[in-house]
Amino acid sequence: MPREGLTGSRIRERRSVAGLRQADLARSLGISPSYLNLIEHNRRRIGGKLLLDIARVLGVEPSMLTEGAEAALIATLREAAKGANLSPAEVERADELAGRFPGWAEVLAAGHRRIATLERTVETLSDRLTHDPKLAASVHELLSTAAAIRSTASILADEKDIEAEWRDRFHANLNEDSRRLADSAKALVNYFEAGEESADVANSPQEEVDSFLSHHSYAFDALEAGEQSVDAVIAQSDLLRSSTARKLARTLLSRLQSDAAQVPLSALAAALKHVGADPIALAVELKAPVAVILRRIAASADLETGLVVCDRAGSILFRKPVGQMVIPRFGAACTLWPLFSALSQPGQVVNMPLVQLGRGRASFNCFAVAEVVGEPQYNAPPLIEASMLLIAGAAPQTEDVLEVGSTCGVCPKRGCPGRREPSILMEGI
Amino acid sequence: MGKHVLLVEDELNIIEAMRFLLSREGCTVDTHGNGTDAAQVIRSLKPDLVVLDVMLPGKSGFDILEELRADTETAALPVLMLTARGQSRDREMAEKAGVSRFMTKPFSNAEVLTAVRDLLYVHQHKG
Repeated sequence: MPREGLTGSRIRERRSVAGLRQADLARSLGISPSYLNLIEHNRRRIGGKLLLDIARVLGVEPSMLTEGAEAALIATLREAAKGANLSPAEVERADELAGRFPGWAEVLAAGHRRIATLERTVETLSDRLTHDPKLAASVHELLSTAAAIRSTASILADEKDIEAEWRDRFHANLNEDSRRLADSAKALVNYFEAGEESADVANSPQEEVDSFLSHHSYAFDALEAGEQSVDAVIAQSDLLRSSTARKLARTLLSRLQSDAAQVPLSALAAALKHVGADPIALAVELKAPVAVILRRIAASADLETGLVVCDRAGSILFRKPVGQMVIPRFGAACTLWPLFSALSQPGQVVNMPLVQLGRGRASFNCFAVAEVVGEPQYNAPPLIEASMLLIAGAAPQTEDVLEVGSTCGVCPKRGCPGRREPSILMEGI
Repeated sequence: MGKHVLLVEDELNIIEAMRFLLSREGCTVDTHGNGTDAAQVIRSLKPDLVVLDVMLPGKSGFDILEELRADTETAALPVLMLTARGQSRDREMAEKAGVSRFMTKPFSNAEVLTAVRDLLYVHQHKG
């Protein structure tokens, strides 16, 4: 039996021992439960960073999930070699390195794992500190309240001949501000503690929607089958707390419902068998727009896919993460993404292999298209949305690969013409 | 004769404390709580000094400062900027926009009063 076959079974076994549900493990790995299910049933290959992440979440050595300690070591070395953009021939020599210099190989692999962990932390913190509106507002509130307290307390302490009316007013202000300060500090601590526990904590309507979609693993079977209404799905979720989040979710789910009516997943699965993961061929076969096909492929569990949708202003409206692809939760994404070039020529389907620099050089086959949305109006520019589908592990082997980043602040690409701000990965914090 | 200070700030209790302090310095104090029309209010009130918060509803303190500096009538007006954002980038932005003095919250009353006295003194002797 091939190595990965055994690995899938071991993952299932260790997950059961750890008392984790498949959906819980999948969510903490950023993959869909259906994809994890395929791995656990030995129907998908497993290795590299994903294997290491699974081992980390399950609290076991990666070697416990593979045939021997060497397998995890070799997988990490290959990952490190790909990250350094070594030639495929060099990557294949990872076995040789592990065999001849096991000690040095382990040092290199441990270093690679450590860098990956630190980069993930840097990405999260940088994104949060730079763009998180909730954090910026909380810190501003905290410091402004502290300023009011300091100034008022100082007046009461220093001014001996203060009138009774002013003194009473300042006492009342102090009381009010100290309560505000306590509440703000508590909220901030809760915010950071929550951040440590889960990446899915929602602090804005968009994040509530992200948590909601992630909780459902981006799959809504009952809605697809017409057994449940959009409102019922929303009403059942306690993750959509704000009215704005429920409105955003309603828009997304209504679109999913309409897409499902045009291209049912069963029809897509059959067409995928005929023509493969070729969106234009699928669009012809299924008589549906390419943008709909991209969204339907992303909704299907048959492939490991990610999807990003943005409007003409470049604001990201929908994000389904995939593998190591980092899609910023706040702020502007990489301007080199085909998602944005598609906006300039609605209808043109962009297809290219893509590599996201940084953690692990995640590679994907990327398809992007922009479409006109909304009702037509006279003498008004049309509303346009672009969709970008990322298929993991399907990038054609070619030298002509588009290298992109996540967002400038954490992108290591040197000499990038699209850079808006320095990267802390190059300049330091 | 007392000087006229305009406080552009949206935190009510800071306004109250500052109004008290500056009044005791013999200043006449006016306040304005939003950024949208702050530049217009400054031009019409013609204060001797503006104490300007950065994060204001409607328009940021940086934008207001740029507007003031672009207008010959207010180009030399002393502006003390108060901010809860102390990053060096904000300080650079303030200096680029032409701030007279930049101070981060939470500040001490003594620091604010010293800055106010310095700025009013310099302004008076320039004028």
